[in-house]
Amino acid sequence: MFEIIGPVMVGPSSSHTAGALRIGQIARQLLGTEPGYAAFQLFGSFAETYQGHGTDLALIAGVLGMTTDDDDVRRADAIAVERGLEYQFTKGSGGQYHPNTVAIHLSGGDRTVRLVASSLGGGKAEVQELEGLPLRFSAEIPTLVLYHQDQAGFLAKVSQLLDSSGYNIARLALERWRRGGDAITVCEVDGHLKSDICEVMRSSIPGLKELRVLQAES
Amino acid sequence: MAFTHLRELVELAQSRGVQISRVMLDVEVEQSGATEQEIFDKMAYQFDIMEEAVRKGTNEPVQSRSGITGGDGHRMYEYVKKGQSFIDPSALSAMAYALSVSEVNSAMGRIVATPTAGSAGILPGVLVSVLDSGRYKREDIVMSLMTAAAIGLVIANSASISGAAGGCQAEVGSATAMAAGALVELADGTPEQVTHAVGLALKNSLGLVCDPVAGLVEIPCIVRNGLHSITALAAADMALAGVRSIIPPDEVIAAMYRIGNELPLSLRETGIGGLAGTPTGKAIRERVFGRVTGTDVGASAGVQACRTRAVHVPETTVQDHLEPATLQDHPAGKETVTDEVREADTGQEQPREGQTTI
Repeated sequence: MFEIIGPVMVGPSSSHTAGALRIGQIARQLLGTEPGYAAFQLFGSFAETYQGHGTDLALIAGVLGMTTDDDDVRRADAIAVERGLEYQFTKGSGGQYHPNTVAIHLSGGDRTVRLVASSLGGGKAEVQELEGLPLRFSAEIPTLVLYHQDQAGFLAKVSQLLDSSGYNIARLALERWRRGGDAITVCEVDGHLKSDICEVMRSSIPGLKELRVLQAES
Repeated sequence: MAFTHLRELVELAQSRGVQISRVMLDVEVEQSGATEQEIFDKMAYQFDIMEEAVRKGTNEPVQSRSGITGGDGHRMYEYVKKGQSFIDPSALSAMAYALSVSEVNSAMGRIVATPTAGSAGILPGVLVSVLDSGRYKREDIVMSLMTAAAIGLVIANSASISGAAGGCQAEVGSATAMAAGALVELADGTPEQVTHAVGLALKNSLGLVCDPVAGLVEIPCIVRNGLHSITALAAADMALAGVRSIIPPDEVIAAMYRIGNELPLSLRETGIGGLAGTPTGKAIRERVFGRVTGTDVGASAGVQACRTRAVHVPETTVQDHLEPATLQDHPAGKETVTDEVREADTGQEQPREGQTTI
């Protein structure tokens, strides 16, 4: 019902503003820390109309961790300066992307995240590529992003741990650069992920290098 | 309850002897796991946001970020107060309110998507005007939003509420139908009368194309929100008077869907055809975004810099309505055509809130 009457959002467009902000939020959660630098490469309709729709402000607001209904979204650029976030917008060409697509390079501390994501309308967002790998996810339900070594038994261990902790895996994807090399697994689960699952996974899954939890704060 | 046909919604409400809002609320309790009170409170909060946007745009002029529209909500509100209008002032205030909310939306203010941001003016417009009339309780108005949601769900599931998919009829048309239905329930009409209001309102929106100038949610979106709030009130009155939609409301929705599919792409939120394609529409686009140089030209370049930190686009504000002759090169144009990264010039930096009227 609240998808028809709602969400509460700052205007002017659910696809170019709310959806863009959502993409920024996902990038921030993947980074897992306060970003110091953000580069946004805009494609298609995003590139043509980003200023009029405040897509730029929405993206900045998202990586700063604001929500879609935050009255401060329209001064996100000023807030970025206050918080020491350097950002840059460029236009991208080429690529067979959805009309409302942005490639983000976000860094903070010693971490970086690169992703390509699209705003699908009505405030919905979807990651298309993560670190250059074709991983698609919306982070609408709690999502684990696991950075790991490609090795036998990894997924078995992940699913066993999630199962024993009472989580149902709703969707799962693994992509790797090469056999036995670095890999990323994206795992969507039903039910809010409690923080202890991270500890358990870190300590008991061989080959797991890093993990991020993407979900709305409870 | 699959929410694919209004007919089913009416039958369910009739069999239980309740209003459509009650059916919607019960389904929401069942599906979300939240309590009735929690759901009501969330909707009540959303109505608060709607009212806030209405007051914001009527108390003072609100200018859009692009500077091409603004101030009409306030203008209408002042006119209504004079009491010299053709339309009864209490009804005409719905239009002032709808314009206001749409203007707040285009100024990056806070609104509630009902069902979309582009059509966010209509429901708040009519519902806050009936709140102001003093004839209805706030709680009942909040409940009527659930009726509007049920209608919107049926339209979304069996047709579309997206301008890109179905044209403006799918956004403003749907919002008008939702508002008309909500009003009928508020006035104690029967569930069947609610759906006739939907059918009547939607019929009057069929074929409405989505042709936003410069692709922005401003021209003609804001004016359409304003005028369609009056349509919603009128359709509600027709249904309450006993006028029926001879073409069953579900069939009107189906017709809207087919018409949407048959609309050319240029009239589906691409900013190409219709009003967007007029000489003035194109001139406004150029002024706001600069001459389109084509990002695909010179593929080796790959990337064109269009904005870096602390490079801010001064927002020129055009008073009232634009004359084509007054259109000038907008500074934004220089931003989008430049092919070198501009360095920060803190001397030019202006916080945006200083340029926004809300």
